[in-house]
Amino acid sequence: MAYDKFTTLTSTAVPLSIENVDTDQIIPARFLKATERVGFGDNLFRDWRYNNDDSPKLDFVLNNPTYSGQILVGGRNFGSGSSREHAAWAVYDYGFRCVVSSFFADIFRNNCLNVGVLPVQVSAPFADKIFKAIAADPKTEIEVNLPEQTIILKATGEKESFDISGYKKDNMINGFDDIDYLQNIKEEVIAFANELPY
Amino acid sequence: MSTTLFDKVWDSHVVRKIEDGPDVFFIDRHFIHEVTSPVAFLGLKERGISVLYPERTFATADHNTPTINQHLPVEDPLSANQLKALEENSKEYGISHWGLGNSKNGIVHVVGPENGITLPGATIVCGDSHTSTHGAFGAIAFGIGTSEVEMVLSTQCIMQPKPKKMRVSVAGDLQLGVTPKDVALYIISKLSTSGATGYFVEYAGKVFENMTMEGRMTVCNLSIEMGARGGMIAPDQTTFDYLEGRLFAPKGAAWDTAVAYWKTLKTDVDAKFDEEINFEASDIEPMITYGTNPGMGLGISKSIPNAKDVVEGAETYAKSLGYMGFQQGEAMIGKQIDYVFLGSCTNGRIEDFRAFASIVKGRQKAANVTAWLVPGSHVVEAQIKEEGILDILTESGFVLRQPGCSACLAMNDDKVPAGKYAVSTSNRNFEGRQGPGSRTLLASPFMAAAAAVTGILTDPRELL
Repeated sequence: MAYDKFTTLTSTAVPLSIENVDTDQIIPARFLKATERVGFGDNLFRDWRYNNDDSPKLDFVLNNPTYSGQILVGGRNFGSGSSREHAAWAVYDYGFRCVVSSFFADIFRNNCLNVGVLPVQVSAPFADKIFKAIAADPKTEIEVNLPEQTIILKATGEKESFDISGYKKDNMINGFDDIDYLQNIKEEVIAFANELPY
Repeated sequence: MSTTLFDKVWDSHVVRKIEDGPDVFFIDRHFIHEVTSPVAFLGLKERGISVLYPERTFATADHNTPTINQHLPVEDPLSANQLKALEENSKEYGISHWGLGNSKNGIVHVVGPENGITLPGATIVCGDSHTSTHGAFGAIAFGIGTSEVEMVLSTQCIMQPKPKKMRVSVAGDLQLGVTPKDVALYIISKLSTSGATGYFVEYAGKVFENMTMEGRMTVCNLSIEMGARGGMIAPDQTTFDYLEGRLFAPKGAAWDTAVAYWKTLKTDVDAKFDEEINFEASDIEPMITYGTNPGMGLGISKSIPNAKDVVEGAETYAKSLGYMGFQQGEAMIGKQIDYVFLGSCTNGRIEDFRAFASIVKGRQKAANVTAWLVPGSHVVEAQIKEEGILDILTESGFVLRQPGCSACLAMNDDKVPAGKYAVSTSNRNFEGRQGPGSRTLLASPFMAAAAAVTGILTDPRELL
């Protein structure tokens, strides 16, 4: 599914410092029953965000009006567990365009790149700096610059560069996806398949 | 140049290398189920493109199916809608579909191997992270997202950077009562839930060489729980004996050609891994988890670690133990439990039911325990009946349910209530995994059986 182009994003951020946030927390399995990709943001972090009677849990960060923005800053090993792309859809549908963490689980990171959410992996000390900066001033802004591959704390100018392959970077900047690419080399794929044992 | 098993299979499936980008990676076999495929088919329709090789994709319904009264219409309208979408999409594009009631139906990672669809040297994907199961046959198998399901349907390829390589070796012989599940939970407890992220794992050493195919599937299944994309084991005579004669396995001369090729699929003696990890079988005892990720596991005789001895930060660790209702330093043995779940793509095969039955035989289910015994497929269900295991279970007060993923992820009605403890042979003990507020203790079928008849956490070796 082609998505919005991503170049530079400057935004406040929502901090979620818990480690090992798994995709069952990002979106519990019972909310995976749709046959269309709509409305998953309502159930993002469902069981951390709402009580059993659907009233909001006021101590959860998404229910705290102090924090807002298009950047989610997560703890180490963010997105572990299930391969459900619904987790990345929920993050996107809620309104986040970028997730920052000192370490991502593989499949979640891949899924994010495929749906237009930029995963930015930073060093552990820089992640700490971000959490501290948000704690000191919830309105502090962070700039994520994809062409330059940098993340900057606007208040202090502190910055770090992040990795992304040239291919994925071009895709995100231009709003292309892998299916567009694969469709264009279909004949090459068919020729390859004809030579395989299975 | 010396190469690993993983290199041999990976490199032979690269259609094209993209400079400063991923490999275009060809997929031999593709499994789909009702939950992660509908949006992929929708994507095909929106783009006006079709399925390139429908014969390479296999559909089965498993994630949200009921495990009782499968002959009746599915009550939950959302689940019914997904099942209908799978059936209709399969029909429209000419994909074989094993829906509810089909004699081949079952959990995708049980029915694939059972029918010989999973073969050594193949590349296999599915929109499910436990696709790593199929690595037991020397296949490269891993979970993908729905966008990638759409890629495979439309071009039989995905875009993947080649992972790094890790070899995990376990030398020696396992003690009595220590199962493949315990081996996997032990490795994960040592490496942590993210210790193999970025790697593809090869399991090697005597313990895996001596393991049955079903045991190898349990181990490879859990590779994702330490962050690895997948795990694999070199095919050998055990593999060939398992596959010979299965429905989709090669036959006649094609079988001989295949076996000759499969015998070449092993890591060269001097091949290099990015990471090598070694364990001793004698250090492994029956395992149980105490926290909210599969890395938080320990031997049944041990006590819950103190915060200073774990990899998690203090805040994360306190949250986890708080959720479980446990304290640092507490013993695991003797804790009262409420539910037992035998099943899932991890432990829903015939050997798991044999193991469970061997302990409950001649004993009775504890009154405080609700037990859900869910075979991984109709084939497993039939074996349970043929081998007399059902009689043993029935005499001990247990009821056998119908195949599906069931309480592993609680997408159907099999949900553990909030606050209750479940000893589960499944793969994830995340918060709410088995139902909102549920508390999961991952363990082997032996451990589950011991808990089911005593009502408390019990060292299964005492009941063997």
